[in-house]
Amino acid sequence: MKPAFAAYLTTLALVALAAPLAAQQASKPAPAAAASAAVPASAAAAPADEGLTGSVTDDSDWQDLGIAIPTFPTNEMLPTAADGGNTEALGRNLARVIYGDLKNNGLFKPVGPDALPAIGYGEVTAPAFPNWRARSAEMLVQGFVKGGADGRLTVGCYLYDVALGTELARQGYVVKPEEWRRAAHKCADMVYARLSGESPFFDSKIAYIAETGPKGNRRKQLAIMDSDGANHRFITNGQATALTPRYSPDYAKIAYLSFLNGTPRIYVYDIGTGRQTLVTEGKGPTFAPRWSPDGKFILYSMAIAGNTDIYRVPATGGASVKLTDSPGIDVGGSYSPDGSKIVFESDRSGSQQVYVMNADGTNQKRITFFGGRSATPEWSPRGDQIAFTHIAGNLRIAVMNPSGGEMRYLTDSWQDEAPTWSPNGRIVQFFRTAKTSGKTSIWQVDLTGRNERKLNTPVDASDPAWGPVLP
Amino acid sequence: MTRKIITSKVLTGLLLTSGLALAGCATKPKELPPQPTGATGTTTTNPPPVSQPMGPVPGSRADFMASVLGDTILFDTDRYNIDSEDQGILQSQAQWLARYPAARITIEGHCDERGTRDYNLALGERRANAAKNYLVSLGIDASRITTVSYGKERPIALGSDEASWAKNRRAVTITLQ
Repeated sequence: MKPAFAAYLTTLALVALAAPLAAQQASKPAPAAAASAAVPASAAAAPADEGLTGSVTDDSDWQDLGIAIPTFPTNEMLPTAADGGNTEALGRNLARVIYGDLKNNGLFKPVGPDALPAIGYGEVTAPAFPNWRARSAEMLVQGFVKGGADGRLTVGCYLYDVALGTELARQGYVVKPEEWRRAAHKCADMVYARLSGESPFFDSKIAYIAETGPKGNRRKQLAIMDSDGANHRFITNGQATALTPRYSPDYAKIAYLSFLNGTPRIYVYDIGTGRQTLVTEGKGPTFAPRWSPDGKFILYSMAIAGNTDIYRVPATGGASVKLTDSPGIDVGGSYSPDGSKIVFESDRSGSQQVYVMNADGTNQKRITFFGGRSATPEWSPRGDQIAFTHIAGNLRIAVMNPSGGEMRYLTDSWQDEAPTWSPNGRIVQFFRTAKTSGKTSIWQVDLTGRNERKLNTPVDASDPAWGPVLP
Repeated sequence: MTRKIITSKVLTGLLLTSGLALAGCATKPKELPPQPTGATGTTTTNPPPVSQPMGPVPGSRADFMASVLGDTILFDTDRYNIDSEDQGILQSQAQWLARYPAARITIEGHCDERGTRDYNLALGERRANAAKNYLVSLGIDASRITTVSYGKERPIALGSDEASWAKNRRAVTITLQ
């Protein structure tokens, strides 16, 4: 692990929360000290039952689970550099972020702090269940925030089943003030994972291309943001067109295409140092970078004398291995989660279609036979689905299983392309281009295809690439 | 089938005809554009005299543009073949390149907006190389020609309609000074 990244990680530590029992002083939620951090707090909580539901299936209508999320009270109002300026205001912002996360995925019907009464600090671990039942809340997310002497913040997060009157889960986090949102995302992740049975995904980041300017002269900059659009940051200044970024699995680097020296080449940008290097010194233009799941390799596509093939190179540099050798265009490539296979796109049959091969390039087989063209395949982190762009007149996002069966459209618009998966494989992001104006925006849709929404970005946006959940 | 449009200077029917004659082995079923009729393309046939002070500087980009059938060839959707009309244009470029052996060019490959980003980068590269290979087949040294693909990033026609897309599926020859 890169040193800079390691330092970054340690800024958010999970802490074990003390048991929230009436036996203790009800007025003190008693978060433990941050000291021994890094230990998942699950040991501290987790009743033995199996939760409320089974896994959310693709066609499930399970949603509208009412969740109340009141402001997180603080034991003592202290100034903080985090949003709000003091721990009391921050407590409301924390609850708002959790509310925003949970309302945007189509499973829950949360009610946020702006529509709920405040609770006392002592109530955090001793909820007034009758009051919440009266409000028809089925689930209750409560928490607290405390300022520390070193400026760090301790955030506690508790999930309660209102009907049963029991605690379902709890976690605590110690964060630097500037990373307070991560505590909220971790809390939302805990709630989401506990209630849905799925893996968490809110505490993750997205690399994408920020677009400005008229259609005939678009400025395209590499940019990053949190999964909810916060903490937006431009990485490149737009003087050279940037395209198709991909976060490394550890978030330390971004591989992306730039026209920096006049021709399209893939660069690997180091977020910690700001330096970037060419993915290969080969002469041809390179594009469509993809990381292996373990971060050790980068796939890229290179054109030589007009013929494009897919290559693999160690992420640390070194000799490239050519994986495809057809006279057609072989491009893209996305590893299966176990790293054993690669799904890619080729027009060797005469039009763009999706193929699967072993990671060493052997056993290349076409899997799409739908009519139209099939492009930009991306293997789900769960391994069970491949998202891709289907082109038949319009461009639409679709999913299929890794054998090419059970194809389903997720979107129906004029031009949607370039799917990328949420870390838990439940949501697909993509970008949508408007007819005529050429304006672009990032959207996401869940696997039912019903819960589709546009992400708020400061400017137009394309080429999203969703990274894994932060440790 | 999309009617092609020669976007820059149009030479006389005489030169175009000779170009097509040279291109006699076109194999594609593509519909040929109608022959130029009369005064539609009103340009001079006079090659610029070397020392004429008012004309473009010999070997310059302006000279190139004044001397060739066009700097742009167009492609059908997802195609990269050089059809007979493309051959006429590229032959006129080859004649100019033969006249100025020191001149070098870059061929830009482009696509319309109705394709995915990565594939269009590859397709633009393939189109640029198709044009390059044809020039090389006419005797132009490959080392004088570089290629670059812009994929769908640099449309010249801004509409979202067939006519605009047809103009954007192109390879453009740029002279390097």
